[in-house]
Amino acid sequence: MKRIYSVLVENRSGVLCKVAGLFSRRCFNIDSLAVGETDSPDTSVMTIVSSGDERTIEQIEKQLNKKLDVIKVKTFSESQSISRELMLIKVKYNKGNRREILETCDVMKANIIDMSKNTMMIQICDDPEKVKLFISMMASVSIVEMARTGTLALQKCMEADG
Amino acid sequence: MIGADAMVKCLEAEGVKSVFGYPGVAICPFYNSILQSDIRTILIRTEQNAAHAASGLSRVSGKVGVCAVTSGPGATNVITGIATAFADSIPLICITGQVNSELLGSDVFQEADITGAVESFVKYSYLVKNAEDIPRILKEAFHIATTGRKGPVLIDVPLDIQNAKIKNFVYPEEVFMRTYKPTVKGHIVQIKKVAKELERAKKPLICAGGGVLLSDAGGELRSFAEKYRVPVVSTMMGIGAMPTEHPMYFGMVGNNGKLCANRAMNESDLLIMIGARVADRAVNQPDIITTNKVLVHIDVDSAEIGKNALPSIPIVGDAKCIFQDFMEQEITCEDHEEWIGTLNDYKKNIFRKRNPNPAYVDPAEFIRKLSLKMQKDGIYVADVGQNQIWSCAYHIVREGRFMTSGGMGTMGYSIPAAMGAKLACPEKQVIAVCGDGSFQMSMMELATMRQHNIPVKIIVLKNNYLGMVREFQHYNYQDHYSVVDLSGSPDLEKLVSAYDMKFIRLENMEKADEALDAFLEKDESVLMECIIDPMDLVS
Repeated sequence: MKRIYSVLVENRSGVLCKVAGLFSRRCFNIDSLAVGETDSPDTSVMTIVSSGDERTIEQIEKQLNKKLDVIKVKTFSESQSISRELMLIKVKYNKGNRREILETCDVMKANIIDMSKNTMMIQICDDPEKVKLFISMMASVSIVEMARTGTLALQKCMEADG
Repeated sequence: MIGADAMVKCLEAEGVKSVFGYPGVAICPFYNSILQSDIRTILIRTEQNAAHAASGLSRVSGKVGVCAVTSGPGATNVITGIATAFADSIPLICITGQVNSELLGSDVFQEADITGAVESFVKYSYLVKNAEDIPRILKEAFHIATTGRKGPVLIDVPLDIQNAKIKNFVYPEEVFMRTYKPTVKGHIVQIKKVAKELERAKKPLICAGGGVLLSDAGGELRSFAEKYRVPVVSTMMGIGAMPTEHPMYFGMVGNNGKLCANRAMNESDLLIMIGARVADRAVNQPDIITTNKVLVHIDVDSAEIGKNALPSIPIVGDAKCIFQDFMEQEITCEDHEEWIGTLNDYKKNIFRKRNPNPAYVDPAEFIRKLSLKMQKDGIYVADVGQNQIWSCAYHIVREGRFMTSGGMGTMGYSIPAAMGAKLACPEKQVIAVCGDGSFQMSMMELATMRQHNIPVKIIVLKNNYLGMVREFQHYNYQDHYSVVDLSGSPDLEKLVSAYDMKFIRLENMEKADEALDAFLEKDESVLMECIIDPMDLVS
C-alpha cells in the first residue's frame, strides 16, 4: 500500500537526518523524499512517499509524530492527493531521431530547455507515473543523465475541506 | 557570567543535588563553575556508569539524574548508559562537552558527533550554538525528559559556548514548544468503554508495566485491583508496582516469568495492559493476547499502542491519570471469585520445581531470604543474566523498589544504578545483586563508592560462568560452551580488601542466615560472594 506523508517540520539543521534516520532504523521504506521551505522560513515541508502494510503505515505516522521537531503530519493516499514531480533529463540525439523526440515531448507536454549539437535537456513536470513513462520513452533514445525532485503532493482541496 | 555558570544555575533551579561524571578538557568550564555550587559532583570510574548512576537516581527519586562527561571518548562511552535509560523510559539529562564551535566537523582531537551518534537512543538532543540559549535549552531538556513517555535528553555544549559571556541570565518559568504536547489524560469515552467491558468480564486481568512505576501509580493500581477485585500480573519493568505477596498479584509474565502469570494472561477474557510495551520478552506471541479476549492497551506513547498487538480499546495517557479516572466511574462488576480462585490454584500448583544442589548456595532460597531480611522499604537492584531471572522470580518486594535493566539488558547496570539510588535515598538500604560476569563489568566503581562514601551493598552470585549464555548454549548448542568460562577472575576477597571494604563469603545455605545478618547489619559497603552451582539453570 502506498502512502504520502506531508510532514511539517521545524526548519533546523539535523531534522532531515532525524527523519530519514527514523525510516532506516525502523525498516520503513522511502520511495521518495522531497524537502522545501514553506511560506514561513522557520518551517519546512517534507513530502515522503512510503509503502507497507496497514500496521507499518500507521506506525510511520505515529513515529513521525513522536519526533520533537515534527510539527504536523498529514497522511493521504494517492487518490486523495494531487502529486507532481519535476525531472530534468539530458538525452543524446541525432538527425534520425530528433523529430521523434520532439513529437514525444509534445505529446507528453515536456519542454526542451537547453541543447547543444548532439544533446538536449528536457524538462517535464507531471504526476510521477507520467514522469516514469517519459523516462521509458527516452530510454530508447539514449539518456545521458537525469535529476528528479521526488514526489511533491498536497491533499486535494475537496478532501481537505472534508 | 559565562555559559558554564549558566548551566550550573539551571541545574540548581531544577533542584539537582548531584552530578555524575568524568571531566576532560572539553567540559572543564562546567566542572569549574560547579565548584561554586552546592551540587555534589561524583567522579565515576567510567562514563557509561555515570548514566547508569543517574538512571538509578531518577528511578527512585522521581527527579532527573544528571551526568556530565567530556567530548569524544567521554561522550561515546556514555552511549550505552543512555541507550539503557531510553529502552526503559528513564528520564536523564546527559551533558557532553564538545570541541570549539569553529572546529566542529574538522575531526580535531576528541571530537565526536555525539548528537548524531545518539539520535536513536535519546528522546531529544541539543547542540548548543549560542550561550544565550542555555537557559531555554536546559528548561526544555528537563521538561522533555520528565513528561509524556520519559527518556534521556542529551545536551552537547562546545567549549567556546561554555566560556562565552552571558549578559543576563533568566531561567524561564515555562516551556514553549509547539511540537511537543504529550497526552496525559485518557479519553473519557474510551475509559467508559473499559468500564463497560469490566462489568461484562468474567476473567479480567491487569498487566502492569514499567509505566505504572514511572507515573508513580502503584497506589492507584492497588486501589483499583482491590476495589474491583481484578487480579494483576506484571512485566519485568512492572515488578514492584504491586507488593509481591499482595493477594491480587500473580507474578511476572513472559518467557522467564511465572507459569501462573502466563496462564492468567492466556485465559483472561479482559486484559488491561497498562504502561507496558507488549515487547517480545513479556509477550512472546502477541496474537495470543488478541484472540478470545478484549485487549485494552493503555500507554502514554501512542506509538506503542498497536505496534505489536492490535487492541480492542486503545487509550493514550498517563497511568496515574487514567487510574484516577477509572476510580471515578461507577462500575458495578462482580467479585470474580471463581477466576481469582482458579488463579490461586495455578499459583499453588504450577511452578518450576527446583532441585537445588546442597553443596552450593541456592540462589532461589537465598534471594527469598535476603528479601525478607532486608529493610521493608529497601531498594533491590538486579543486574543482567541468570541473577536477574532469579531475582525477578524470587525477590519479594514489600514496600521497597525493584530495579533492573529490562529493555536493553545491560550487564554491569546494578552497581552504578544502586549508587545513584543510594545517593537519592541515603536512609534506605540499597542492594545490588549481580553475577560474577556483570560484577566485573562495573567493579571499577568500588573506588567511587569508597571515595564518595556511598554505602551500597553488593551480592555476587559466583558460578565462574556467564551463566545465562552458558544456559542458552546448554539448551541450544548441546553443551558446546563457547567463550563463557570466567576463569582468571580475581579473588573477590582480596579485591574487596584492596578497597578496604567488608567481605563475606557464603558457600552453601547452612550459614545463610548468619551471613545475611552480618551483611545487612550496618549501613556500610559490603560485598557478599555466594558460591552457586555452575550448572544451575533458571528454567
